[in-house]
Amino acid sequence: MTADLALIWPELILTIGGLITLMIGTFTSDRQVGLYQVASLVTLSAATAAVVALFGTDTTVFSGTLSVDSFGGFAKLLIYAASFMCILIAPRFFKDGMRAEYPVLILFAALGMGIMASARDLMTLYVGLELNSLAAYVLASFMRTDERSSEAGLKYFVLGALASGMLLYGISLLYGFTGTTDFAGIAKVMSGEMNIGLIFGIVFVIAGLGFKISAVPFHMWTPDVYEGAPTPVTTFFATAPKVAAMALMTRVVIDAMGPAVGTWQQIIIFLALASIILGAVGAIGQKNIKRLLAYSSINNVGYMLIGLAAGTQQGVEAILTYLLVYVVTTLGSFLIVMQLRDDQGNQVESIPALAGYSQRRPGLAAALAVFLFSLAGIPPLFGFWPKLLVFWAAVDANLVPLAVAGIVASVIGAYYYIAIIKTMYFDEKSDTEFPKGTGTVVEDAVITASALWLSVIGYLFIGVLAALSASAAAVLF
Amino acid sequence: MSGLPILSLMLAVPAIAAIACLFAGDRNARVIALAATLVNFVLGIVMWANFDIGGAQWQFQERHEGLFGPFNYALGVDGMALMLIMLSVFLMPLCILASWEAITKRVGLYMAMFLVMETIMIGVFAAQDLLLFYIFFEAGLIPMYFIIGIWGGANRIYAAFKFFLYTLLGSVLMLIAMIVMIGEAGTTDIPTLLVYNFPPETQTWLWLAFFASLAVKMPMWPVHTWLPDAHVQAPTAGSMILAGVLLKMGSYGFIRFMMPMFPDASGQLMWVVFGLSMVAVVYTSLVALVQSDMKKLIAYSSVAHMAIVTAGLYALNQQGIEGALIVMLSHGVVSAALFFCVGVIYDRLHTREIDRYGGLAVNMPAYALFFMLFTMASIGLPGTSGFVGEFLSLAGIYEASSTVAFVCTTGIILGAAYMLYLYRRVVFGELIKDDVKAMPDLNPREWAILAPLAAVALWMGVYPESFLAPMRGDVTTVVARLAPSKPAGDAHLAAGKPKAAAAGHGAPAHGSSHAGGVQ
Repeated sequence: MTADLALIWPELILTIGGLITLMIGTFTSDRQVGLYQVASLVTLSAATAAVVALFGTDTTVFSGTLSVDSFGGFAKLLIYAASFMCILIAPRFFKDGMRAEYPVLILFAALGMGIMASARDLMTLYVGLELNSLAAYVLASFMRTDERSSEAGLKYFVLGALASGMLLYGISLLYGFTGTTDFAGIAKVMSGEMNIGLIFGIVFVIAGLGFKISAVPFHMWTPDVYEGAPTPVTTFFATAPKVAAMALMTRVVIDAMGPAVGTWQQIIIFLALASIILGAVGAIGQKNIKRLLAYSSINNVGYMLIGLAAGTQQGVEAILTYLLVYVVTTLGSFLIVMQLRDDQGNQVESIPALAGYSQRRPGLAAALAVFLFSLAGIPPLFGFWPKLLVFWAAVDANLVPLAVAGIVASVIGAYYYIAIIKTMYFDEKSDTEFPKGTGTVVEDAVITASALWLSVIGYLFIGVLAALSASAAAVLF
Repeated sequence: MSGLPILSLMLAVPAIAAIACLFAGDRNARVIALAATLVNFVLGIVMWANFDIGGAQWQFQERHEGLFGPFNYALGVDGMALMLIMLSVFLMPLCILASWEAITKRVGLYMAMFLVMETIMIGVFAAQDLLLFYIFFEAGLIPMYFIIGIWGGANRIYAAFKFFLYTLLGSVLMLIAMIVMIGEAGTTDIPTLLVYNFPPETQTWLWLAFFASLAVKMPMWPVHTWLPDAHVQAPTAGSMILAGVLLKMGSYGFIRFMMPMFPDASGQLMWVVFGLSMVAVVYTSLVALVQSDMKKLIAYSSVAHMAIVTAGLYALNQQGIEGALIVMLSHGVVSAALFFCVGVIYDRLHTREIDRYGGLAVNMPAYALFFMLFTMASIGLPGTSGFVGEFLSLAGIYEASSTVAFVCTTGIILGAAYMLYLYRRVVFGELIKDDVKAMPDLNPREWAILAPLAAVALWMGVYPESFLAPMRGDVTTVVARLAPSKPAGDAHLAAGKPKAAAAGHGAPAHGSSHAGGVQ
């Protein structure tokens, strides 16, 4: 037991740090932004250090309910980094509305996501998922006085509860027909004869998880919640929970349902293609940049699912590389969205207002163009690479038709990305002024660094990325 | 020459200059761009001068393993790639000069896009790694999208979208085919893949996927419709580079990948290429005949010329392929020149309507002369570059199929019709319109652009051996690779018996054998 505790340092640090931040928030005024901000950032840094220190261990703790391995470690690094950024950018956005609950909720959500990424038992899976979700519901409605924000929170909660219900139902079926909640135990039963109960269990579990990664047809909440939630929270939703849910889904599918490939593969293929196509088509008519990025995230999840459908180590490596590149791109895009403010300081979210943006803020427009081309997967931008990897995995797994369908659909997706670039670069200037000085030095540095990394420099890191994702993916096989 | 990474240098010079242009003022950006493209031109000449004709197939090779994980940074050129790189570096400074005064807004970005384009073009022709090639091939969409979209004509946004999405849809299938090839052959190295024998049934699929991509890029009928739109809307220099070099990427892909890598499929499916080329030659020539927009007319003529290229390549014999390569180079020079000729008068009158002009021979004699030369070169008058290429490729096509040769020759006649008709309406006739009367003749900058183009068009027409010699060995390699799967032609050519050499001509033969003995 004590030995086990030594292996869950990241989780312990987050728990204690979250509680300390909560205490600071309770006993000081909400105006003391610096204090609780620093406390939460230090906590996340310490947790990240702990993950790095534990990287490479491959064992399980607490009677096999939680794993400590590099797969979880890889996911946690991404989750913590994204959470870190989301805390960092918040005070400037909320201004006077900033409260200590924000970093506390993010910390607890990060804790839950860490558990999701490491869970190897249906019970820990559910605990981690709910811990993250409860924090997320509150975060979505963080701006209490804002109608859209409250609506987003409520919508997220109702649909999230429905998904949790489905997931729980699936879990109970799996437990009922296998007699265990342990992933390895489930896999053992599945390698034998399949029966209708197991199939139903698989379907419901995947449906529940599909909601969390916002795969079509469980995506309905995504555009509304992304649009309604405060932008830093949207940034958070688009990055960290995606990583956690995708890691969780990968582990459940490969570890627990691995032997039943024939059953889940077709479900995943359907989810992948539906997400790619609907994500692309749905985005075309959008006039709000946050909604558009929501559809873009649905679309990108579809590509990750192609890697999962392959069901091979190569496919999982591709997913992990994809997640990393996706998080960097999404963080960069949302940092720019946060900087879209008119001369009154109001947030601008409408895409037509961006007309001629490249002439008002050439640097930011260029960075956003890099992010969008990268999301579209156009070489030489680095977003091309993970897309290539998932298609590669699909082709090597004899899923050539899936790869062909996916890549052809990517052309539809390219349309709306280049449509924004057209608005920024080709159109005449709109009436909206975009005064300078909207970003802090740190934000600008992060935007510049990620844009440069995604332009061509990223290709130099392919070797490192491949080694890292290979060591992480290897633990599942 | 060993040691100096000349290809990397040629990639780096415009790339660095592009970044500099973004931060420079309008005036400086022009100078930087011109200087960088001239440096690259000089580097190109150095490379050509040092190219060992008849030496190793691949020269100036550079290779860095493991830099990019599963694929490599590998560059190198053979004769065909060398000539196409020369075409690119030759046209680039002229394009920059052509936009010297025509482009007034956001000059820095414009020059940066052109320089990026140059890096990409050289990269496409020099890449020796399949994935590296694809990255460069696709990357060309981005700068061209901006060039058409920002500095184009009235309907530029539609044209930019159509160009981007059309060509993207084409190329993605090629990527899947490349992944399959890498999985099958276990390497991304192009020279290795060139001699790898793929199973015939796989070849058919791979061939079709490549064809889908390259046919759009080329463009072949019926997927050519993006080209007239893109050309009409693009700024003059954009059209020059699009017609001059970007279309050649498609035909380069044919001869670099489809023919030597999938020889069985090439033999079986040559009729697909022939069929589409025949339709294209006749149909697009007829369409060109009725155009009222000068740029659109030249754009359709490009489609017709590229159809001669594809038919020549798929004759699968020495003359056909050599001829097609010369047509590629010739069309690169001539169509760029023709688009510039249109640009010259467009800058003065701001319309491309043919009917708005007339009688230019009176007040713009120098212009009329140059325009005449390029019109003739486009038609294929002996003495100009067009003749050499078209004659050789038609001779090759005839060897493969007399029917195809017959239809393609019709296209040449139609080509003469639409080009001469265009010339008559623009340059001849009476000079009655007041605004046309006021148009001044060529200025020194325009002279500086047209003179080199004219010189090259004549050089290629009078002494094509300079251009053919570096490529001959590569063509022979491709023909040898295709020989087993090539269907028999219907022409049944029989070589005549040469007359016994006259006594006076024996000496050179003796001399050359003597030289061989010394080596």
